[in-house]
Amino acid sequence: MSNLSAPTSVSTPVVVPVSRAVMWLVGTAIVAFALYYFIGVDQGAYSIFGKDMHIHEFVHDARHFLGFPCH
Amino acid sequence: MERKLILRGALAGAAAGLIAFVFARIFAEPQIQAAIDYESGRDAAQHALDEAAGLPVEHAGHDIFSRTLQANLGAGAGLVLFGVAMGALFAVAFAICLGRVGTLRPRNLAMLVALGGFLGVYFVPFLKYPANPPSIGHEDTIHDRGNLYLAMVACSIVLLIGAVLLGKRLRPRFGNWNATLLAIAAYVAIIGVLMAVLPSVGHLAANVEEYGRHATETPLPLTDAKGNIVYPGFDADRLYAFRLYSVGAQVLLWGVIGLIFGPLAERLLQPRKDRTEQAEPVRTA
Repeated sequence: MSNLSAPTSVSTPVVVPVSRAVMWLVGTAIVAFALYYFIGVDQGAYSIFGKDMHIHEFVHDARHFLGFPCH
Repeated sequence: MERKLILRGALAGAAAGLIAFVFARIFAEPQIQAAIDYESGRDAAQHALDEAAGLPVEHAGHDIFSRTLQANLGAGAGLVLFGVAMGALFAVAFAICLGRVGTLRPRNLAMLVALGGFLGVYFVPFLKYPANPPSIGHEDTIHDRGNLYLAMVACSIVLLIGAVLLGKRLRPRFGNWNATLLAIAAYVAIIGVLMAVLPSVGHLAANVEEYGRHATETPLPLTDAKGNIVYPGFDADRLYAFRLYSVGAQVLLWGVIGLIFGPLAERLLQPRKDRTEQAEPVRTA
């Protein structure tokens, strides 16, 4: 661990070359935004399941608490 | 490597979401319940007024989930899943930043990315459109409010990324410290203009038409036909407490993500030198 604390003058090497990792990074970001959407937005401002309110009502308190507009 | 980082980010996010839920369950849930009670009382008062005036009275439908379920299982699932989503996003940002933003230990970079997530995803949008407890927010404006909030979140994230890129570009000319300050100043200036341009929630056309011109949708005192107050406005202290706890939970969420992920990432990225004696270098895709 001693090598960590020593200040270095050279730049940290690139660990994840984006060209190779792009599928995983983009895929993860899409899944994460989908989760964000279902927890925070669906059956509120938008609804992909029509008038159903089960998701909205289930995560209702979390939605208020996480700062999303609700009702 | 990126898969390992993403997995660790999602796990750190789940743990952070769980801790944020415990915090929320203890501090925020009583505020939410009190706000719901306020709303019920206000609706009852409104019904009495409407009935006295001979207006049609609509009755609220029954709840799909009980309050107990919402406050425990629902809020818990919501916060943990939100944590997983943010942890995964955090890991993506961390993986892209590794080696591209100068000389930083993985732990320090983790804390900086967590700070960026807190500011970009939650706090900067909060400054313009703060979190509201139940009973604040008119049903007619949910579409506009949702769009404005999401626009604010999108802009704050994109501008934050832009500020990091700007800082990197300015660094050769102005040095690390001044380039960072200039990038922050540019971010603050642009986001400030954006906040000034976007409408306040109370100024939406539907609200001005029905309630008059107010900055927010926070309920004002309910008055009868003669102007006597029959039900109070929303408690200002309760609103403050709710928002404070909302910010507190997000500080906790992002802070815990950074604190858990940092050491995990460091173990993942650094053992190369220690392990080269015994095993082949860790250099997986």
